[in-house]
Amino acid sequence: MARKFTDAAIAGIGQTEFSKASGRSELQLAAECAKAACDDAGISPHDIDGMITFTIDNSDEVNLARCLGVKDLAYTTRIPGGGAAAAATIYQAMGMVNAGLCNNVLIWRAMNERSQYRFGQNPQQQQMQYQSGNGTGSLLWCVPYGAMTPASWGALQAARYMHQYGVTNRDLGYISVQQRAYAANNPNAWFYQKPITLEDHQNSKWIQEPWLRLLDCCQESDGGVAVLVTSLERARDLKQPPVKIVGATQSIPYNVEVISNYYHEDLTEMPEAKGVAKRLWAMTGLKPSDMQMAALYDAFTPHVLLQLEAFGFCKPGEGKDFVKGGGMALDGELPVNTNGGLTGEAYIHGMNSMIEGVRQIRGTSYNQIKKKAVEHVLISSGMAGAVLEKA
Amino acid sequence: MTDQPQAAPAADKPTRIPPIVTLDAKFFWDGADQEQLLGEKCGDCGLFVFPPRPMCPQCFSLKRQHVPLSGRGVVRGWTIPRHPPPFGFKEAPIVAIVELEEGIRMVSNVVGIAPDAMEQDLPVEVTFEPTMKDHKVPVFRPRSK
Repeated sequence: MARKFTDAAIAGIGQTEFSKASGRSELQLAAECAKAACDDAGISPHDIDGMITFTIDNSDEVNLARCLGVKDLAYTTRIPGGGAAAAATIYQAMGMVNAGLCNNVLIWRAMNERSQYRFGQNPQQQQMQYQSGNGTGSLLWCVPYGAMTPASWGALQAARYMHQYGVTNRDLGYISVQQRAYAANNPNAWFYQKPITLEDHQNSKWIQEPWLRLLDCCQESDGGVAVLVTSLERARDLKQPPVKIVGATQSIPYNVEVISNYYHEDLTEMPEAKGVAKRLWAMTGLKPSDMQMAALYDAFTPHVLLQLEAFGFCKPGEGKDFVKGGGMALDGELPVNTNGGLTGEAYIHGMNSMIEGVRQIRGTSYNQIKKKAVEHVLISSGMAGAVLEKA
Repeated sequence: MTDQPQAAPAADKPTRIPPIVTLDAKFFWDGADQEQLLGEKCGDCGLFVFPPRPMCPQCFSLKRQHVPLSGRGVVRGWTIPRHPPPFGFKEAPIVAIVELEEGIRMVSNVVGIAPDAMEQDLPVEVTFEPTMKDHKVPVFRPRSK
């Protein structure tokens, strides 16, 4: 195909049900959500020519391509960083389409992260295999000290920030309550019809004292999510209203790593998200006030505040007041994670919140923003981000 | 270097898991076994780095010096893992980010202090605790300001 700059768009989204026990293989979940994304777009899986996921997914590219009958794959990649790379999939798919190298890029992530293995438990083996490629280069320095779970690494990352700005665990509760309110109205959410109060949050057990309670932590879930990216021009002829990828990027500043992230200069901020924001706003010519919604990776509630501040929705230390004042609500300044997020809907490694951003632009969310027309949505997984636009 | 009580008799064998040793960090753990806190300093420009790495990120030198560190620092962040209880600890440890006088940070434990007494910027000094398989790891205890 001719090499010319080609605008990219999201033409399809797909998912399985979100559960605690899928009862089938991760490869099957991957195939099901991939097929759903292709059906949503109205293309045949045979025509997929690019495939992107991120590290910690257990399904093999070729095995998934075999399920889908992919005829001729032109590009595959697996991005380091685990969930921090969730939005980097959009970035790479955009790049492939922009460069005219692929026509139909499938992004997927599928996991039995509750029924088959659990991120929230101690490592199964004493000597965990800390392979390269996960973006978490220093985990092995944490384990002999009893920091063995993502919550422990995440709490340690948030502690200095919370201390510096006087963010209490109760302050974090406003995030959980809002996201559970969204989930309560979303039939796809594990916590559908199960809202919580601030007291429920404060009564939940300590996971990491004195920072994170149970209701500050994302779920552990089984399920799969897929996204189909193609050219904007082609997307206009497909089944769904196209969602343009107006910009996307990744940022890994010096001495930053995923979650065991204690070596960069200022521990009261998230330099990777600041780096993403800087490039994303420069690339798109847009600014925080141009966004009508944000999907922010919420493995743990403090990271919502850190991202709100990094992207410039509020000043350093003011995230807690923003959420307390209802800023994340449907009628607030910036509705955030309207699917319920990773705490309320499910934990499909960030991907499920990303497709909620697509639904908001299409106008098909269960918690549709009606106060204003949704023209732009920010997607962030901390180390990567994208801005989606109503085409 | 330490006045920690010796490990009690056989019944009380260390339960802390041993360090995961990589080639570039072997000096650190070998030092810890001898109750020495060693750091990596560039043999050309003198930059201290942590975690250890084969090349100096400032001058790209491959000359590494493994030098004794002061063992003194302050706590820049800490947490107590309550659930799930971390493997190998009878009581929940205090996990901390310690910033050493040399300007580098490392994850460790703070021992010899009640959780209620923990505070940010607590001054600490190094001591050592045994692990399974006869190794030791550097941990930190409060020191007077």
